[in-house]
Parts: sequence; C-alpha cells; structure tokens
Amino acid sequence: MRFLAFLARRIVGIAAVMIGVSIITFAISHVIPADPAVAALGDHATDAQIAAFRGEYHLDRPLPEQYVIYVNGILHGDLGKSIRTRRSVADDLADSFPATLELSFAALAVSLLVGIPAGIWSAIYRGRFPDVVVRIAALAGGSLPVFWLGLVVIGLFYYQLGWLPGGGRLDTFVSPPPTRTGLYVIDSLLALDLDALRSSVIHLVLPALTLGYFSTAVIARMTRSSMLEVLGQDYMRTARAKGLTERLVVVRHGLRNALIPTVTIIGLTFGSLLSGAVLTETIFSWPGLGRYATASAISLDFPAVLGVTLLAAVVYPVANLAVDIAYYWLDPRIQRD
Amino acid sequence: MTEAFTATGRLGAARLVARAPILRSPLNVAALALIGLFAACAIFAPLIAPYDPLTQALASRLQPPSPEHWLGTDQLGRDILSRLLYGSRISLLIGLVVVASAGVFGTFVGVIAGYAGGLVDEALMRLTEVFLAFPALILAMAIAGALGPSLTNAIIALAAVTWAIYARLARGQILSLRRREFVEAARGIGASQFRIIARHLLPNAVAPLLVQASFDMGSVIIAAAGLSFIGFGAQPPTPEWGVMISEGRNFISTEPWLSLFPGLAILLAVGSFNLLGDGLRDVFDPRLSRAD
Repeated sequence: MRFLAFLARRIVGIAAVMIGVSIITFAISHVIPADPAVAALGDHATDAQIAAFRGEYHLDRPLPEQYVIYVNGILHGDLGKSIRTRRSVADDLADSFPATLELSFAALAVSLLVGIPAGIWSAIYRGRFPDVVVRIAALAGGSLPVFWLGLVVIGLFYYQLGWLPGGGRLDTFVSPPPTRTGLYVIDSLLALDLDALRSSVIHLVLPALTLGYFSTAVIARMTRSSMLEVLGQDYMRTARAKGLTERLVVVRHGLRNALIPTVTIIGLTFGSLLSGAVLTETIFSWPGLGRYATASAISLDFPAVLGVTLLAAVVYPVANLAVDIAYYWLDPRIQRD
Repeated sequence: MTEAFTATGRLGAARLVARAPILRSPLNVAALALIGLFAACAIFAPLIAPYDPLTQALASRLQPPSPEHWLGTDQLGRDILSRLLYGSRISLLIGLVVVASAGVFGTFVGVIAGYAGGLVDEALMRLTEVFLAFPALILAMAIAGALGPSLTNAIIALAAVTWAIYARLARGQILSLRRREFVEAARGIGASQFRIIARHLLPNAVAPLLVQASFDMGSVIIAAAGLSFIGFGAQPPTPEWGVMISEGRNFISTEPWLSLFPGLAILLAVGSFNLLGDGLRDVFDPRLSRAD
C-alpha cells in the first residue's frame, strides 16, 4: 500500500514535469523562432507554402489555442511530419529508438561491468598503484569528448588494426534478424541466427565502449567513494573479527551497502547516455535517435528535432522512476520514510 | 576565517596565497597551472601564434608535425598550433560566459525559492525539474536549431540548459542556512531582507556553487565543442576545437593529427577544470576528502 502511494506520488510528479516539458518544446517550436513556418520549411519556401503550413499547423491562432492543439496532437501520438524523410515523426522515432536503446543498454552494461569492479578495486587498494590507475582513467573518462574518442577508436581499431567494424549495426552481407524487439542482439538470439548475432555484437563493441566510457568513469568514482565509506564502518570490522574471509567481507558486507548510491547514479547516467548517443551515433553511423536528431537538425527539420527532444525528456524521468523503484526495494530505510 | 585574518597581519599576501588549502595538493597546483597556461594562450594568442589561424597555404597542406609547423597543417594548409591557440580563446570564453550567466541566474532563482518558500518555492523548483529532465545536449541542439546555428546561439542554448542545477544547489544552501543563529541575529537587529541575503546568506552558500562552476566549465567546453562538431556552434573557418575535430574527421585514417591535437587540447582543458573541481570540493567539504 505504501509502495502504491509512493508510486502514485512519483507518477503525479512526472506528469507535472511532462506538462512543463511540453510548454518548453512548444516555446522552442512556436515562440522562439521569429516565424515558425519559415523555421520549419526553410528560407526557400514560397509564400503559398508558408501560408499553407500556417493553416495546417494552426499558426494563425492565438498562442494559448496553439498550445492546446499542440498538446492534443502529442497525446494522440502526432508529432508532426518530418520535412527531411516526409514521414510521420512518430514513425521515424519508433524506427530509430530500438537502435539507441540497444546501444544505451550495451553502454550501460559496459559501465556496470567495468565501473563497479574498478571502483571496488580502487577502494581496496586505496593510495596504491591500482587506485592511481583507476583514478586517472576515471578522470580521463570524465574529460574526454565522446565524439573525439569515437574518432580515435575508429582510427585505431578499424583503420589501423582492422580488428573491429567502424560503423553501422550489421555487416552489409548479413541480413537483419526478424524484428521482434528491434534490438538486433536479442532478435538474432531469438531467431537463433548466429551470423546476425556475431555481426551485431562486434558492431556494438566500439560504439558501446565509446559511449560507455563517461558513465563507467562516473560509476567507478561513485563506487570507490561509497566503498571507502563503507570499508570504514564498524560492521566491517565486526565481520572481519568474526573471522570471515576478506572476500566475503568485501562482497557480502561491503558491496551490498556500497552499491546503493551507485544504483541512483544509473538513473542519472541514462540522461547522459542519451546526450552522448547523439554524438556517438553520428560518428559510428548508428541508425538511432541521435543520428536521426543530428541529420534532422542539420537539414533544419524542426518537427523531427522536437520529436526527439520530447521523447528524450520522457525517457529520462521514466528511467529515474525505474531506478527509484529499484532503490525502494534495495534500501528498506526508504520504505519507512 | 580567523586564521586567515591573523595570517594577513603576519604574512605577506604571497605567503598567504601559498598557504591556501587548495594549493596543498600537487594535483590542484597542476590543475591551476594548466588553467593558467590555457588562459595565457587565450589572452596572448595573437602574440604567440606562429601563423595566422585563417590564412590558407594550399602548397603546404596536410603536413605532419615538423619544426616549421609543430603540430602539422590541416587540409587547407593552415597551421594547427596557431588554430589551437586561437581556439582556446573561444572555448574558455564560451565556458566563462555560459557558467557565469547560468550561475548568476540559477543562483538568483534558487535564492528566491529558498528564501520565499511556499508556493514560490514549489513553482520555481518544478521549473528547474523540467529543465533538468532534458538531456542537455539535445535541448541545446533544439534551442540552437530554433535560433539558427551560430556561436552566440550555442552560448544561449548552453546557458539555458545549465542554470537549473545552480538553482537547486543555491536553494538547498539557503534552506539550510536561513534558520541558523547568525541569520536570526541579523534579522533580530533589523537588517533588511536584501542585506540578509547579500551579506549573510550568499557568502556562506557560495562553496558548492563554485565547485559546480568548476565542473561545469569542463562540461560546457565539451558540450560547446560537441555542438560545433555537429554544426550547431561555431562555423568553419572559425578556429574552434570542435570545428577542427569535425574538419579532421575525413582524414582520421591518413592524417590523424588534424583531429588528434584539438581533442587533446579539450581533454587537457576539461581535465584541469575537473581536477580543480575535485580539489575545491575537498577543501570545502573535508568529510569527502577524508574518504578520498
């Protein structure tokens, strides 16, 4: 019951944020540009085209009415028509979202699989060589431009060494697995298509490592500092005094408590993954939301850019809600609050 | 505070600076030195740059690093070192302008929310939540797109996505300070609201804001370069680091230095601001530095 109340409160909060988000995207599309019709159609549009556009998008009505029409459209899944692809923006987003999801999940997996052990290692060997290595790597991870890192790894692993593909989701001669989730790795597993599985996994390696480096650094730093705090607690000394092996002390008593702040960071990381995906996908020709956004933005395809912006703003609070739910179950103290 | 007062009496200013807690760690000193170096490059770029950053010399295009061109030349024969030096002007300037304007505006909003409380607080905090819900680069891209691609518009877009965190931080600080004795005392002796905020609350609330500002200098420099890289910030032929990486993109397999050096410049500049942020946090929050 208490959980339901918690959930209800959070969902109301998200709804309030979504109203704010819609006001901002509305402002960006309808208020900031001197003439939204010109912004949407480009400078070369004829007067007749602009007049038709104004009529079609109700730009001749008062602003409050335009806002109501705009929100009504969003609620009915109408995000407008892309000027570049000439398709509905909602359809374009539905097509490109799974690719971004797959890349983001892979990057998140890299961050967790590398970041958490690195943080623990660094805390255990505090002040010694492994700690120094992890801290320098984490500092670099927080300071590297992701688009530059992408170029460097493509230069090295694709052009120089030829070990890994430098872009795309599959080799050209491999056909995509039948679509069930849109995530090629999962779809090819479900279809038992080993060629597609191999190809999709090796295509994921470089973009996932590139996109995941920043969040790996954040998670390693977070795990390190919370692990250090936990290692100094009385119950750790008690566990050691009981004669438990060091491994058991660290994993059972230390890690479980140290991971709670790390879980919170995962939700926040999702937002940075989406921002990073814009640039990573552009570099790796990854046909996801980010590349779609960039290509649309470059060709001044306004409805498309706003569609991505809106979707991104929905994903972030929802990811945070998922994390909060996990957090609620992980940390019984929150349930009492 | 008292230590600083007595110290000023006995020691010269230079020795006082040398005693500053931030300078106790060699890493912080290195970070400050690097930032100083970048600032010097930015200020004196016209004096120290060996070539004009825009002059094309097609005869000497795509040359690898050599004694004539320390970092090589690009596809139009422009000297990369000179372009990097001028680029530091743009990157540092964007960082400063964005962080200063977003910091001042966000702090203003946060102070009002924290001090006024009630409905005003509720409304302003919901507003910051909305801005924090957008992935920064995507919102910046949409705003820069609406305004038209240019350096100035990139600055406006980045400031628009950066201010909210300062509002959150400042509000938190004000809430924790407003019931403290020294504030009650000031109120008791009849200090005006403005005076309480300006003289008593703000100076005590500034530490976490400075830490955030240092980290943000780094992330704004990266974001601005990212916007320029995809065509939404500075435009060619401006010697901006993101533009330079983008221009070198097609030469990554054959002439990697075109993109390599601007990337390293970003890494060093951002890394030193991040190190400084770590250092400032340790100084302001000794609890954290003990865990470090």
